[in-house]
Amino acid sequence: MTRFITSSFSHLILLIGILIMVVPVWMIFASSTHTSSMINMNGLQMFLGDSFYENYLRVLLYQGGFFKEITALKMFFNSFIMATGVAILSVVTSLMAAYALVYYRIKYATLLFWIIFITILVPLELRIFPTYSVMAELNLVNSYFGLIVPISASAIATLFFRQFYKTVPDELLESAKLDGANTWRFFVDFLIPLSKTMIVAMLIFMFVFGYNQYLWPLLVTTSEQYWTVVMGLKMMSGSIVHRFAFVMMSMVPPILIIIVLQKYFIKGVFQDK
Amino acid sequence: MSFLDLKNVTKIYPNGTKAVHETSLSVEEGEFMVFVGPSGCGKSTLLRMVAGLEDITEGDINLDGKLINEVDPSERDVAMVFQNYALYPHMNVYNNLAYGLKNRGIDKETIEQKVNDAAKLLQISDYLQRKPSMLSGGQRQRVAMGRAIVRNPKIFLFDEPLSNLDAKLRIQMRLEIKKLQQKVGVTSIFVTHDQVEAMTLADRLAVINNGIIEQLGTPIEIYDNPKSLFVAGFIGSPQMNFLDGNIKNKTLSAEGFEIKDIDSDFEGEVKLGIRPEHLSQSENSLINLKVDLVEQLGSDNLVYGQLKDKKDFCYRCPGNLTIEKGADLSLNIENNKYYIFDKSTGKRVN
Ligand SMILES: Nc1ncnc2c1ncn2[C@@H]1O[C@H](COP(=O)(O)OP(=O)(O)O)[C@@H](O)[C@H]1O
Ligand SMILES: [Mg+2]
Repeated sequence: MTRFITSSFSHLILLIGILIMVVPVWMIFASSTHTSSMINMNGLQMFLGDSFYENYLRVLLYQGGFFKEITALKMFFNSFIMATGVAILSVVTSLMAAYALVYYRIKYATLLFWIIFITILVPLELRIFPTYSVMAELNLVNSYFGLIVPISASAIATLFFRQFYKTVPDELLESAKLDGANTWRFFVDFLIPLSKTMIVAMLIFMFVFGYNQYLWPLLVTTSEQYWTVVMGLKMMSGSIVHRFAFVMMSMVPPILIIIVLQKYFIKGVFQDK
Repeated sequence: MSFLDLKNVTKIYPNGTKAVHETSLSVEEGEFMVFVGPSGCGKSTLLRMVAGLEDITEGDINLDGKLINEVDPSERDVAMVFQNYALYPHMNVYNNLAYGLKNRGIDKETIEQKVNDAAKLLQISDYLQRKPSMLSGGQRQRVAMGRAIVRNPKIFLFDEPLSNLDAKLRIQMRLEIKKLQQKVGVTSIFVTHDQVEAMTLADRLAVINNGIIEQLGTPIEIYDNPKSLFVAGFIGSPQMNFLDGNIKNKTLSAEGFEIKDIDSDFEGEVKLGIRPEHLSQSENSLINLKVDLVEQLGSDNLVYGQLKDKKDFCYRCPGNLTIEKGADLSLNIENNKYYIFDKSTGKRVN
C-alpha cells in the first residue's frame, strides 16, 4: 500500500514536470492554427483552429526580413547547411585529432590534449571579434564557409573520441598491423566502425549546436540571404500567429534528427562497444 | 644460418627496464620452439621483438635469411595469437580471417577458398557469419588460430594463448595446436609460463629467467639434465626437492645422510636436488620422511611430509601403494638420480 502511494506520488511529480514543459508548447501550436484576430481578441488558445495550412504555408513562402529578401524556407535551408556543415566538419576533425593524439608518438600528447580541452573555456562569444576580423580579412563574410568553419573545432568531441580510443586494446592495433594494416587502414577499418555509435551521437550533438547558433551568424552575415532560422526567430516580423507558426517549425529539425537517430544517441552517450 | 636467428638481442624499455639481455637463439624451419619462464621474465618481450611490435635495442634478428630489425610488422609476414585473442569485434569470423588476405591484395575467390579451408581445418565453418562476441572461449581461440593459419605466414607466434581457457579446454586445445602445427608444418614460437604446456608442446624449449635463456634443449634433455638450480626447480611437477649440503673430498653431507663418491670435484656449500619421482622405499635408506599428506591422483600418489630437520619434502609413488598419514617412510634415491648445484651461483656441478 505504501509502495503504491509513493510510486503514484512520484508519477504525479513526473506528470506535473511533463505538463510544465509540454503545455506552453502545445498552447503555441494550438494558437498558431487560429487567425490573428482570434488570438488578439481571445488570447492564447488551448484547442486547434482551422487555419493551419494557411498560416504555415504563408510563413514558409513569405518574403520576410527588413528588405523582404528571404523566406522562412530559405532560412531553413541555410540553417540546414550550417548545422550539417558544423556537424560533419567538427566530427571529422575531432576524429582525426583524437587519432593523432592517441596513436601517434607525439611528445607531450597529453599536454597538447589539455590545451585543446581548455578551449572549452574560451567560447566563441569571447573570441568573436578577432574571429570576425579573420573572416573579414579572408573575405568570408556572407558565405556558408564563414558561417561554418569558425565553430567547427570541437574540444568536447575530441575528448569523447580520445577517451574512446584509449579504451581500445593495444592488441587490436598490433593484430591489425601484423595483418598488414597501415595507419590509415587501422583508422578506417577499425576505429571508425568501432566508434560508429559515438560518431552518430556526436553528429547529432554538433548538428543541434550548429543549428542553435545565434550570435555568430548574426555577426558574420550582413546579407539577408544567409539568415538562419534562429536569427529569423528574432528578426521575423508579421502577425502573432505567423510568428507562432515559425517558432513551431523551428523546433522540427533538431527533433527530427533526434527521433531518427535516437537509438545511436543513447548508445553513444552512455558508452557502447 | 637458421630459419630464425637471434643474435645478442637486448631490450631495454624507455623507462630503463632491461627485459632481455644479449640473447642468442636459433629456430629451425618447421620447429616448435617454446619459451617458458615465470611471469615478467621477458618471454613476451622477446616474442614481440620477433613480431616487430617492440623495437630491438641491440642485436640482430634474421628471418628466412633476411635481417628484419627495421622491417615493419606489416611486412614481416609473421602471425601472432594473443592471450586475449584480439579478434576484430566488429567483423564476423569470415572477415576476421579474410582481413589479412585482403590487405595483401589477394583476389576474392582465392580469399574465399583459403578462408574456407582454414575454417574447415579448425572446425569453425559453422560460425563464419558470427561476430566474435557470440562465440565461446574455445571457438574464439580457434578463430584466432585460423586468422594466423589462413595467411600461411613464415612463422607463428603464440603469446600464452591458452591461459584464458578452463583447464579441460586448455588441455584439449594444447593437443590440437600441436597436431595442427605438425600438419601445417609452420615454424612456431609458443610462449607460456606453464611448464606442463611447455614440455608437451615443444620440440625444443628455452627456459628463460630474468631476461636470460638459462637453458635450451629438448624437453627430455632439460628434464633429465637441468643445468641450473632455476631450471631444475622450474621444470617438473611436483617441483624437485632441494636440500642444503656440503661437499668435501667427493662426499656430500646433507642433514641426516651422506652420499659418497659423487661425480664432482666441487668443494663447498651446495644444494642437492632430488625429483619426487626418483625416490623409492627401501631398507637401507638415506632419507626418512614423516608423512603429512597424501594426494591420490589414481595413477600416482603424491606424498608430502617433512624430514628430520622439518624440511618439506615430496615423494611420488605408484598409485597402488597405500600410505597413511603419519607414517614414517625410508626412502632411497633411484639410480643415483640426484642433481648438485653450487649454492652461490646456482650452476650444476655434477
Ligand atoms: N612497455 C613496457 N615498458 C616498460 N617495461 C615493460 C614493458 N613491457 C614489459 N615490461 C617489463 O619487462 C619485463 C618483461 O616483461 P614481459 O616480456 O611482458 O614478461 P613475460 O611475458 O615473461 O611475463 C617485466 O619486468 C615487465 O615489467
Ligand atoms: Mg607475457
